Amino acid sequence: MPFKLRWLGLSALTLVLMGCKSEVLDPAGPVALEQRDLLISSTLLMLIIIIPVMVLTVWFAWVYRAGNKAADYRPNWDHSTKLELVIWAAPLFIIISLGALTWVGTHMTDPYRPLAEDGKGQSLEGVEPLNVQVVALDWKWLFILPEEGVASVNELAVPVGRPVEFHLTSDSVMNAFYIPAMAGMIYAMPGMQTELNGLFDHAGTFQGTASHYSGAGFSGMKFKVHALDDKGFADWVAKAKQGAVLDSATYLALAEKSEKNPVAYYGQVEEGLFARAVNLCVIEGKMCQAEMMALDMKGGTGVATPLASLPGRNPALAQAGFVTGVCTVEELLAASLPERAPIPRTEPLLGHGLTLPGAPNPLATLPLSPSDL
Amino acid sequence: MAVTGPIETSLLFGRLTWDAIPTDPIVLATFAVVALGGGALFALLTWYRLWGYLWTEWFTSVDHKKIGIMYMILGLVMFVRGFADAVMMRLQQVLAFGGSEGYLNSHHYDQVFTAHGVIMIFFVAMPFVTGLMNYIVPLQIGARDVSFPFLNNFSFWMTVGGAVIIMASLFLGEFAQTGWLAFPPLSGITESPYVGVDYYIWGLQVAGVGTTLSGINLLVTIIKMRAPGMTIMKMPVFTWTALCTNVLIVASFPVLTMTLILLTLDRYVGTNFFTADLGGNAMMYVNLIWIWGHPEVYILILPLFGVYSEITATFSGKRLFGYSSMVYATVCITVLSYVVWLHHFFTMGSGASVNAFFGITTMVISIPTGAKIFNWLFTMYRGRVRFDLPMMWTLAFMLTFVIGGMTGVLLAVPPADFVLHNSLFLIAHFHNVIIGGVVFGTFAAITYWWPKAFGFTLDVFWGKVSFWLWVVGFWVAFAPLYVLGLMGVTRRMRVFDDPDLQIWFAIAAFGAVLIAGGILAMFIQFAVSIWKRNENRDVTGDPWDGRTLEWATSSPPPAYNFAFTPVIHDLDPWTEMKEKAVPRPTSGFLPIHMPKNTGAGVVLAGLATIVGMALIWYVWWLAAASFLALIGAAIAHTFNYNRDYHIPAEEVTRVEDARTRQLEA
Repeated sequence: MPFKLRWLGLSALTLVLMGCKSEVLDPAGPVALEQRDLLISSTLLMLIIIIPVMVLTVWFAWVYRAGNKAADYRPNWDHSTKLELVIWAAPLFIIISLGALTWVGTHMTDPYRPLAEDGKGQSLEGVEPLNVQVVALDWKWLFILPEEGVASVNELAVPVGRPVEFHLTSDSVMNAFYIPAMAGMIYAMPGMQTELNGLFDHAGTFQGTASHYSGAGFSGMKFKVHALDDKGFADWVAKAKQGAVLDSATYLALAEKSEKNPVAYYGQVEEGLFARAVNLCVIEGKMCQAEMMALDMKGGTGVATPLASLPGRNPALAQAGFVTGVCTVEELLAASLPERAPIPRTEPLLGHGLTLPGAPNPLATLPLSPSDL
Repeated sequence: MAVTGPIETSLLFGRLTWDAIPTDPIVLATFAVVALGGGALFALLTWYRLWGYLWTEWFTSVDHKKIGIMYMILGLVMFVRGFADAVMMRLQQVLAFGGSEGYLNSHHYDQVFTAHGVIMIFFVAMPFVTGLMNYIVPLQIGARDVSFPFLNNFSFWMTVGGAVIIMASLFLGEFAQTGWLAFPPLSGITESPYVGVDYYIWGLQVAGVGTTLSGINLLVTIIKMRAPGMTIMKMPVFTWTALCTNVLIVASFPVLTMTLILLTLDRYVGTNFFTADLGGNAMMYVNLIWIWGHPEVYILILPLFGVYSEITATFSGKRLFGYSSMVYATVCITVLSYVVWLHHFFTMGSGASVNAFFGITTMVISIPTGAKIFNWLFTMYRGRVRFDLPMMWTLAFMLTFVIGGMTGVLLAVPPADFVLHNSLFLIAHFHNVIIGGVVFGTFAAITYWWPKAFGFTLDVFWGKVSFWLWVVGFWVAFAPLYVLGLMGVTRRMRVFDDPDLQIWFAIAAFGAVLIAGGILAMFIQFAVSIWKRNENRDVTGDPWDGRTLEWATSSPPPAYNFAFTPVIHDLDPWTEMKEKAVPRPTSGFLPIHMPKNTGAGVVLAGLATIVGMALIWYVWWLAAASFLALIGAAIAHTFNYNRDYHIPAEEVTRVEDARTRQLEA
């Protein structure tokens, strides 16, 4: 968008928001910047039609008021092909322009898309993004930095200028992860994994929050994000290293409902904890969703499936049982399940998260198998 | 308090124990006020011996006009409740700063915002819209009633039954703490084990039966009962929008019903449609509920677009500009409303192409909507615009709604939505279109058709007080929410730490006070108008120089609406009749075949409400017994052959002669 237009829009909005901190309009990273710019350019584009409509409304109402007998009065004038063309075409052209902006902008800011440059024109090719795994718990945020081997609760630090790749899930209910100044929001949902790519282009402390209502402690689910230089980040990791060990037992204790949790650090994280959080099988002995889905893909195990049910996390609710597994992988392989007739496909099925036909059996490439548990 | 531990159930009372009665002082005080007010009303009705009158003339009535008025009263009563919830939220959010927890705990606050949404959509906006369509459509198409008069009465009482269930949750147990759409897994049995979500489910299911049946009824009425000569392209615009609305109702409410049934199965019998674990998929619920939810917003706004069209043409003293373009725009919106639902959850991780597709389909809806706005503009152009109250509301709508429409299209741009979704900007947007569109439109419609319903116009002074307080109050209350949204403040928050935000919440709270003044002024307006009804009496039946058929009959219209079914030649039949000075028929009246009143609707809906309450509290024996009684009563009603009567020709002659004398006087 032309610089002048952006400046105009910004100054107008600044007038409105004078004296208050607007994290949405004052981005600290290329994704949020692009989102902000699209927000402003779409508004300006629509004002091209909104302002004339508002002016005409007042003008027509005033000029053609009943008291003004001098004004033209044609009670039976009810059609004009030329006018009809204009009133359908004018919004149509605005929407065509806005649609084009939307199509491009949506792909450019797609949360799944790795960043190509850092917002200052510097290419990010070859720069390894920082991997951050996020788990929405009731009611606090757990951040796991697998490469650094540390974890934290309700506080996150990332290095300035390095892209961050968030992988998100939730332990219990739906939630949404929102750092307005960085890259907008993305939902964190149980049994599912979402992704968000972002980057901070300058240092600072930014607000992060839960933006989808998740129950009683929702208001307190806030965290601070520190965008630090490389040394500051290394110091933060070193500080976190002093913390306790985050293993399954610690995770399950942390996942109990609690409000306004203080910041906490973990110096060591159990291998594969996040994958088990996504698959809702941190509890010892519980079958992972991925395994259950792999079984379903093979057509299930038939009516004879012996479901072993253990009491759920809330012992008051007997309904909340879960499957511990139907058999071991060896038994499964030995049982020679009837293969379903393959579905005839004429072309490869493409799409996010779908395996290509002919790809190896997902059961074999699972991060986990029942025997690991 | 929130129930977290195990819940004892007994055979006789299910989950119902003494603990179910809330001890919260706010709730107790509310209960005291409701009990005293209700008691006083009951005593007054008994003292003046009005129960018999209400039962025979209103509760059992199958007259579409009376049912329409009862829907409007239901909407107004529930509006007071919904607004009280809004005031509680504004007060909590302005107080809960600087370490203060405010005055509501999370258990209470979370019920308040859930109830506010549920009540305002299902029990305020829906009754208003249904009430208007019920009252006006048969008059506009020259019919004597709707196609299925008994069904109409039954539908109304089912809606009341749903409202009763929702209101009962205030004093018995709790309401849902899930937000107005009750997304699982939060609304599942593990996260919401007590009665709140069950109140939500059964309240909506009982009312939903009413809405669906009423949709079918009005749809058939419009298709089958138009006066001779009224071809589909000669239907008044309000009737057109009503037709499209009822198509939407019939096609989308079953989706809601089914979604809630699946949620019910998850909660009651342990299935796993929407659970987080065991193969459930919560996102399926989100998709299904919005496949109903997006058409629902057009169900609310389309009839009001019709209202604005009628009012603009009437008060500009001019034919509506671009009638066919208006009709096509309405039909376009109807169809497009089914292909945009995903814009409610761009941020749930769909791919960029999916998001962009749904973003663009959403924007496309603004084209027919924009065409409508232009059509209203050019209806005023070369007209003689009279600024009576209905026209004032219409102009306020046009200026307010375009801003709401603009922020709506902005939210349809996925990159913008990624920073604004779930924020107070979104809240400001949908209040901008619902208040600016649906609420202003309802008030325009009430002031416009009130003289038709009661035979006298509404007081202008109090109407203007209400108008200005509402319009100014709306902007003072919601402009700060746009600002807060741009500051990254999200919805449904109970406490805040950033002290800079407080001033904006204070301004918003002041706006709510102005709106409260507007509501009060409106009730004063009703009272003053009824008090001075003889001064504002309208004997012509046509106080605004109207254009459509409903103004051709007396105010209020006789039970049979039209002594002879009119024959239609023009889009504005009443204007045509006035121009050609078509004489009113004064002789040769025939007996008129009419449906008879019945109490079956009240009985059936009452039983359905008991079924709902019994299921909420797990009182299985009562649920089974009342369900059997419901089926039995429905079957018994089919054996009632005494359903119709004829108004004798002498009676019609007497009524019409009285009208002739009135017109001559």
